[in-house]
Amino acid sequence: MNFKHKYFFLFPGLFVLIGILIFPIIFVVRLSLSGWNSYNPGLDFIGIENYIRLFTDDPRFWESFFRLSFLSVTTVILQYVIGFALAHMVWKDIKFKRFFRVLFLVPMMTTPVIMTVIWRTFFHESLGPVNDILSNFGLSPKWLTDPALAKFTVIIVEVWQWTPFMFLLLLAGLLSLPKEPFLAAAIDGASPVRKFIYVTFPLMAPISIGAIIIRLIEASKIMDTVYVLTSGGPGTSTETSSFYIFIKGLREFQMGYAASMSFTYLIIMIISLTIIAKVLTKLLLKE
Amino acid sequence: MSKLYTFLKYFFIVFWAVFVVAPFLWALTTSFKDFQSVNGGVTYIPWVDFEPNLEGWKVLIKSPAKGGVDIVEPYFNSLFVTCTASLISIILGTLSAYALSRYTFKAGFVKNNDITFFFISQRIMPPIVLSIPFFLFLSSINLLDSLIGLIVVYIVLLMPIAVWIMVDFFNKVPREIDETALIDGCNPYQAFLKVVLPNSIPGLIVAGMFCIIFGWIDFFFAFILTFTEVQLLPVKIVALNSSVTPWWSLSASALVSVAPLIIVAFIVERYLSKGNLSGAIK
Repeated sequence: MNFKHKYFFLFPGLFVLIGILIFPIIFVVRLSLSGWNSYNPGLDFIGIENYIRLFTDDPRFWESFFRLSFLSVTTVILQYVIGFALAHMVWKDIKFKRFFRVLFLVPMMTTPVIMTVIWRTFFHESLGPVNDILSNFGLSPKWLTDPALAKFTVIIVEVWQWTPFMFLLLLAGLLSLPKEPFLAAAIDGASPVRKFIYVTFPLMAPISIGAIIIRLIEASKIMDTVYVLTSGGPGTSTETSSFYIFIKGLREFQMGYAASMSFTYLIIMIISLTIIAKVLTKLLLKE
Repeated sequence: MSKLYTFLKYFFIVFWAVFVVAPFLWALTTSFKDFQSVNGGVTYIPWVDFEPNLEGWKVLIKSPAKGGVDIVEPYFNSLFVTCTASLISIILGTLSAYALSRYTFKAGFVKNNDITFFFISQRIMPPIVLSIPFFLFLSSINLLDSLIGLIVVYIVLLMPIAVWIMVDFFNKVPREIDETALIDGCNPYQAFLKVVLPNSIPGLIVAGMFCIIFGWIDFFFAFILTFTEVQLLPVKIVALNSSVTPWWSLSASALVSVAPLIIVAFIVERYLSKGNLSGAIK
């Protein structure tokens, strides 16, 4: 094929993306070396002071990071297991197949913050339906104000919201599987469980990896839900990295410090996601 | 064994279906309540537990001056920003994806896969990392609190999705199609426009839907980069969630805002059943 034309296809998109992003990225790095805050807004140069503060004197950042890791890994595992189960169930003929397929896709199409506002009323301690039903059994859990339970509530909402995404990718994958391996398994008289372990699951491994990585990327950005549901509280018990950076940067206007956190966070994310992708590929594709 | 399995299967499916529907049903009933039936204890069934009224829905189209919530303007803002950014992302993303799928690029150690990864990796970028420089950047060129500023930011969010889906899709469109067209005397652009694109409509639809979903549901950038001049729907609705929350108008506006994309769920399912989607999503 012709040689020159390829650049005309590639470059518009590439350059627009780079053009929009190059300034913010460079600016974040530069900003992270400055002491920009509300008293002293400006790009002065204070060296790596912000980074020293971050690594030696800010346990809250690292706590929020581990909380984020816990929340995103837990939700993604739950989403994967439930999503796979649901996709597997509506894959073959069942009653009202198309109805259930549409229904299971719906939460993904709804705006997380807006649904979270609804969830907030849903889990309201005295006026919400959940506690109304539970009160018949003498229970009244504090869904949003108990530190441990608030994490659980965030997980419930995240799982509700994003299991459909997993479901969609996995169902599309299941529907595109070749028929021959299943015929062979049927001829050998394999039980449904063995068929799943030895045929379906291995065939789905590449799609699973893709889906898990994409969801991990998206889950690590969890912020909307937390902001509306608990605002990081009670205390800091549901505060994630993004939310903490948001508080420091755009509430307390410690722009310089927030930028250094952003940059550190970005580097950690890229490294850890690359490692996770490599590990998952090894684990799931070894056969 | 298999009977138990079938029972468990249906049990789980119905359980999940109830879980999916529950918040919508709750929002629907709440939207017809008034102050008394929200704050006087939990009520479920209209006419039995409480007397329904349309107040929650009426305030949505009243102007703020008359004590309304006016979500009409934010609604169109959201629609405009989402559609424009999606369209630009799809056009640019499709072109790039086509190049990455059909031609070989090599610049030092950078190859096709690295460029594709570069596009997709923009999704890794946490919104907060971009929001602070975008905030300062847009305010310095007076685009803070404007639709154009938001569209620019949304392109970054959406183009990776378009590239991701379209590269996969073009890889599955046989190369022979383009080659035949080139032999028949088309130049590469004609081949792309007249032959490849018409064969890529399922992929374009899927990419378009994903862009629209992820554009429509974004809250964070709209929240940080706009204030009063321009308001997008999610920000407007979340702003209702103050200390004295009018649960009825909140619920009504939430339902109105999630309604359009539920149609998307039907379209996705259609393509899924026809088997077109599996080609478009890896």
